[in-house]
Amino acid sequence: MTGKPYIRDVPRFGWFLRQPRYMRYMAREVTCLFIGAYAVVLLVALQRLAEGRQAYEAFLQALASPVSMVFHLVVLVFALYHTTSWFNVTPKAMPIQAGEDFLPGAIIVGAHYAAWLIVSVALLFLAGVF
Amino acid sequence: MSQRQIELEVLRYNPETDTEPHFQRYSVLCEDEWVVLDALNHVKATIDPTLSYRWSCHMAVCGSCGMMINGEPKLSCKAFLRDYEGVIRVEPLAHFPIQRDLVTVIDDFVTKLRRVKPYLIPKEEKSIEAGEYLQTPAELKKYKQYTLCINCMLCYAACPEYGLVPKFIGPAAISLAHRYNQDSRDGGREARQQEIAATEGVWECSFVGACSEVCPEHVDPAGALQQVKIKSTIDWYQEHLMPWRNK
Amino acid sequence: MAKSNKPIVWGLFAAGGTVTAFVIPALVLLTLLPALGVVPELLAYDNLRAFAGHWLGKLVLFAIIFLSLWHAAHRLRVTLHDFGVRADLLVAIAVYLAAATGSLAAAYYLLRL
Repeated sequence: MTGKPYIRDVPRFGWFLRQPRYMRYMAREVTCLFIGAYAVVLLVALQRLAEGRQAYEAFLQALASPVSMVFHLVVLVFALYHTTSWFNVTPKAMPIQAGEDFLPGAIIVGAHYAAWLIVSVALLFLAGVF
Repeated sequence: MSQRQIELEVLRYNPETDTEPHFQRYSVLCEDEWVVLDALNHVKATIDPTLSYRWSCHMAVCGSCGMMINGEPKLSCKAFLRDYEGVIRVEPLAHFPIQRDLVTVIDDFVTKLRRVKPYLIPKEEKSIEAGEYLQTPAELKKYKQYTLCINCMLCYAACPEYGLVPKFIGPAAISLAHRYNQDSRDGGREARQQEIAATEGVWECSFVGACSEVCPEHVDPAGALQQVKIKSTIDWYQEHLMPWRNK
Repeated sequence: MAKSNKPIVWGLFAAGGTVTAFVIPALVLLTLLPALGVVPELLAYDNLRAFAGHWLGKLVLFAIIFLSLWHAAHRLRVTLHDFGVRADLLVAIAVYLAAATGSLAAAYYLLRL
């Protein structure tokens, strides 16, 4: 055999533009920026809380601003994408065999959504939202 | 039976004369119920006998006719012409070096497959007189789907992480290791973990999930890899934080 | 080949992914409310102070912040690689250090309450 096999380059950047499934994957990965940013907001809340009443009231004021509203709505969209993309693949990572057969994935996913609903409602209820 | 004029755009590469691959257009009259492989065979028989590609069974069990069809990894024997409109672009499987035309160099996959010991390593040696290794239907179901892998490498062509990090052992080989690890008769997990729990094993996977989406046999390599990650994580904590369990 | 030590960082990433999936959307709704003119009871200074003053409250708050930061840090490391950044060791040190610093800060603030 003569001649060399040809090696095609994989672009280091932008490979994910080639297919919609790669774009969906990257959208999922990018949610980390928003989860991280929100964790920082929680951290700042703690810091202000530790500083005392005045600092914390100022923080609450900042939460009431339009910028905060936009930030929260954007974070909410990405957080929901994170939650759904995370729950939807749980049967792959944690299949459950009951007797001979594996439980249908929909049951495992459904259980996660049900637990999510309960946790969310309980959290908002205990926080005095309703 | 009706016929349709099909335009094929095939990536050609001749290692003796070409410095890089180029597309060649073929126009062939095809039967409606043909698959892309039939169209290629027709081209080879009637227009261009130099066109090279691998195929054997024409029924999605041998795993040798994998190609990129309109950018998607497919078995060409399972890609029906009626599902495509316009020009059909056919390229060799992505992420593998091109040997000639649609034929790729698959040594990398074969080497990795060997490394993960994809065969039964009995937990206990038994003499033939002692009888069979028995297994319940439930124990069989634990790994059965992974036995359907035909080593067609579509999952490697779909996996962007394999493209970016070629040393990654990859979906099919790790799924097959998982298949034997899940087998109640097998005792070879520790040996396989040396390969698949290494950094270039399962840890290069970022759970894109593309492997499972393109698998022509509906195996779920992405699921297998996540399960291997979870089990390897439990192993790690047991080995490092619970030394009394290491005996 | 040697087994990887990735399980340390991945185990926390997976735990964080699960915890954030369950609680972050509701928490975001909670802290969104002030912008809509309603301050939920828990967010009032005295109430939140009392919540964070209890050891269980401290534990819950620390777990959420630590796991969220760690989850985000690990996924950011992978994402940067996917975006073509090849200095993985440097990226890993930076993101995990940031997550660890944030977590230590959270612990410090909580212990001051």
